[in-house]
Amino acid sequence: MSRLLALFLGGLIGGTILVAPSPAAIAASAADNYRTYCAQCHGLQGNGKGVNIRDMSVQPRNHTDADSMSRRSDDDLFTADKKGGLAINKSVLMPPWRDTLSDAEIHDMVRYLRTLCHCKYNAQ
Amino acid sequence: MRKFLSVLSVLILGAQVAGAPPLAMAASSGMELLQNRCASCHNLTGPAPSTLPVLWARKGPDMFYAGNKYRKDWLVAWLTHPTRIRPAGMFYADHLKPGPERDVVDPSTLAPHMALSPSDARLAAEALMTLRAHDDLIAKENIPPGSISKSMGALVFDKFLGCIACHRVSPDYGGLSGPELYTAGQRLDPRFMASYIRSPQAWDPKIWMPNKHVSDSRIVQLVHYLQALSKGGSHE
Repeated sequence: MSRLLALFLGGLIGGTILVAPSPAAIAASAADNYRTYCAQCHGLQGNGKGVNIRDMSVQPRNHTDADSMSRRSDDDLFTADKKGGLAINKSVLMPPWRDTLSDAEIHDMVRYLRTLCHCKYNAQ
Repeated sequence: MRKFLSVLSVLILGAQVAGAPPLAMAASSGMELLQNRCASCHNLTGPAPSTLPVLWARKGPDMFYAGNKYRKDWLVAWLTHPTRIRPAGMFYADHLKPGPERDVVDPSTLAPHMALSPSDARLAAEALMTLRAHDDLIAKENIPPGSISKSMGALVFDKFLGCIACHRVSPDYGGLSGPELYTAGQRLDPRFMASYIRSPQAWDPKIWMPNKHVSDSRIVQLVHYLQALSKGGSHE
């Protein structure tokens, strides 16, 4: 019986390791979400030059700009993505994505944004 | 002459057997027409895409709730003379290229929609109107008759809610990743407009239109605004 239990637990742990997403898989998922939901305004390359911007009264953030992105905390990025620009006193043109993306996907997105700007939050 | 006629007959019969039958013969009913000519690009049975790859692969709008979405008279007119509703195609990111100032639509990647004969358009529209998934969502909506000035409507649409970012309200003003809305009042059932604004994800879980949690009163204003846009002229 104990051998059976050990086999069961071994299989469970092994299965968990096998199905746990790798960092590369997380990045790919966030990249797919970015291409689907963010690129329309922030641009296919994340440079703030999306197809929609010509008539927007406030231009979308350039996610590749390390200077401006390093002044945004990860919490701010998460909140803006989840609840929209108004939640961090920014534009209504940045919509809330909480009905589209899960919290886990938004956390992945914040990590993905840091890869676009090659920067971290700098409170200075 | 007789020999020429017999050769001609053989050619005509041969062509019918070998190729597609004449359209009038193929469409013995509207539903057959939909199956034969529309189903390769439009989902007639549901469900809507639940993953991004399926969303990206979609060639045309889902039609399994067409009877709750479209106005029949618009369908007939549009199917005989189709015009582009989605300026950047079905999935916008597949039809963009980098431009000097911003990403731009690459028109060479966009294919026109086929036109139907007036009789086939009527058959197709009648069949489409029988496809009524999500009756429950439509039943929750009630848009009272009313109007809104275009200036007030524009304020709500542009400034308060930011819908202008993705949708055009005239042929040359507004965003490009969503369908144009200056013909939406002619095209769409008012209760569908209300329900879709209330929750795009209830109709299309992976769509790139966000749920902005629009209040009931704002939804009514938006629907009246879209109806005003379609009527043309001044509604100040």
